Amino acid sequence: MRSVNLRNSRIENRKYAMKMSESIDGHFGRFGGRFVPEALVGALDELAAAHQAAMHDPNFQMELAELHRTYTGRPSIITDAPRFAAYAGNARILLKREDLNHTGSHKINNVLGQALLTKKMGKKRIIAETGAGQHGVASATAAALLGLECVVYMGEEDTKRQSLNVARMKILGAEVIPVTTGSKTLKDAINEAMRDWVTNVATTHYLLGTVAGPHPFPTMVRDFHRIIGVEARAQVLELTGRLPDAVLACVGGGSNAIGIFHPFIDDLSVRLIGLEAGGRGVSTGEHAATIVGGTPGVLHGARTFVLQDESGQTVESHSISAGLDYPGVGPEHAYLHEIGRAEYRAITDDEAMEAFSLLSRTEGIIPAIETAHALAGAMQVGKELGEKAILLINLSGRGDKDVQTAAQYFGIPL
Amino acid sequence: MPRTLTEVFAQARQENRSALIGYMPAGFPSVKGSIELVNALADAGVDIVEVGFPYSDPVMDGPVIQQASQRALDNGFTASQLFDVIEKSKASTVTMTYWNPIERMGIENFLTQLRAAGGVGVITPDLTIDESDEWISQTSEMAIDRIYVVAPSTSDERLKKVANATSGFIYAASLMGVTGTRSALSGSARELVSRVRKVTSLPIAVGLGVSNAEQAREIASFADGVIVGSAFIKLVLESPNEKEAVEKVRVLAAELAQAVRQPRS
Repeated sequence: MRSVNLRNSRIENRKYAMKMSESIDGHFGRFGGRFVPEALVGALDELAAAHQAAMHDPNFQMELAELHRTYTGRPSIITDAPRFAAYAGNARILLKREDLNHTGSHKINNVLGQALLTKKMGKKRIIAETGAGQHGVASATAAALLGLECVVYMGEEDTKRQSLNVARMKILGAEVIPVTTGSKTLKDAINEAMRDWVTNVATTHYLLGTVAGPHPFPTMVRDFHRIIGVEARAQVLELTGRLPDAVLACVGGGSNAIGIFHPFIDDLSVRLIGLEAGGRGVSTGEHAATIVGGTPGVLHGARTFVLQDESGQTVESHSISAGLDYPGVGPEHAYLHEIGRAEYRAITDDEAMEAFSLLSRTEGIIPAIETAHALAGAMQVGKELGEKAILLINLSGRGDKDVQTAAQYFGIPL
Repeated sequence: MPRTLTEVFAQARQENRSALIGYMPAGFPSVKGSIELVNALADAGVDIVEVGFPYSDPVMDGPVIQQASQRALDNGFTASQLFDVIEKSKASTVTMTYWNPIERMGIENFLTQLRAAGGVGVITPDLTIDESDEWISQTSEMAIDRIYVVAPSTSDERLKKVANATSGFIYAASLMGVTGTRSALSGSARELVSRVRKVTSLPIAVGLGVSNAEQAREIASFADGVIVGSAFIKLVLESPNEKEAVEKVRVLAAELAQAVRQPRS
């Protein structure tokens, strides 16, 4: 029975990338779509059209590629991690170094793409939401570079937890508005950004930071991050002469994961493994593992997996990593999970912090705590697949921003 | 049997006036309080009561309704309380709810309970017509009116499609923004209503930012319905107890009911 299902799902998957990149109504199976106030439909249509045009416009592609070469620092390199691999069943561990990008994470890929689109649409103001502050900093950076006004909504709790990033955004010329409603975290920052957008949509672009939200955001943000997987696939082939056995990435909203997964989707021999934030353990209810521990629902404009109670109210998520601390997930991940093309696991705070420490000590690379969830996943999967396996891990961000959290966790006096 | 929305608007038209629609979230400031408030609206001359389903992520709502919804949720609001309030409402009653609670309950289950409680329609501020196939077929089957919101940014072509999917009345947002009182009415309301008129014969009610008799009178001069929400809730938030809140709400509702009854120019 199982093998029949698997075969059927593989047939369905074969032309996945082609089919999905052509999907213009923004549905991924039963997931995705648009659940938004009617006031935003016009702006979303305009954005979808601008995105489609840009994807087929050689000038836009050239302009973005040039920015990535001269500003982001692309292509990002691949690093072999043999000493870390000793803790991962001696499988070969290859790290895609998005942490070396300007601003320190993969976020810049999407931000530069959307900021360029903003200019093409003739809008002069961008708004963004941020949890840990990485997307806010990247947005403020792109706004400074391209001369746009920038307002960042950030939960009041997060502005306290991440005060250094608040200062970075202000130094870059952005206005940071603390959000005091609801749980005062990322989901409420998104609500507030949506309210701003409904009010100012004629002049303002909402520069959403992940592959969630209404169409075209999940498709558009994915397209701007696909460069991670496109580069990595070629780099791994060149380095090892073959495709990896598995590609791993952490999943909050899921932007770095979809970026590295997507170019591998039609390579059916490659397992795609997303690592969600298991917090204190999925069984405790204090986690942010939306696919592993959530149910289908609608949040922030799309049908996807959601952490919710029986009456459909969003439940607060928990993770040691602010960047994964979100009760929703991108709809394409929900779909990849449903058709069985990608698998999702939960990594607890403790497992992530162990991997955080290990990579720092064995390879001299301090990863973001978000990224440490992917590394903890690699430790599991490496042991399962053994030393002949090749694992490609998206090292999505650097850990400088997390030094305070880590010091607290490990009891290092500051 | 509660009067249908069509009957309410037909009567208002016969009386050469606009209908008055008042919003209150269920379970705020308490379940008992919201029932009293809803019926204070009805007693003061509100034609249609709109009972809100408090939701954790109300992106179309400004600070006042957010605060009221949060208070209801903190008090342990459940869907059965919504139906309880609707059942005890004396006026024709619709509910306004974000989509996820309906999806979570299941459309059929939600509509069955709504109808059993005597509700006649549902306003869905974040359900686009593009995602509405099942919603349209089930509401039609159950004879529950579907009220969609249109905005000044909605194109003429899209207005036509939304109007085709709507029954009962169309909710025209007076401005680009979220719910909440505004000191001045936006000029975009009149223009939007006249654009909607060109594509449908359905009654058109205007909401968002309407808070006083003067604004209600102005809107009543060109729209079939006037929707007021945050202004009532603000009074409740400012009141030291439920008794005073009910009294203040009754006074404002009576003023507004009189305003929509001014002879139309």
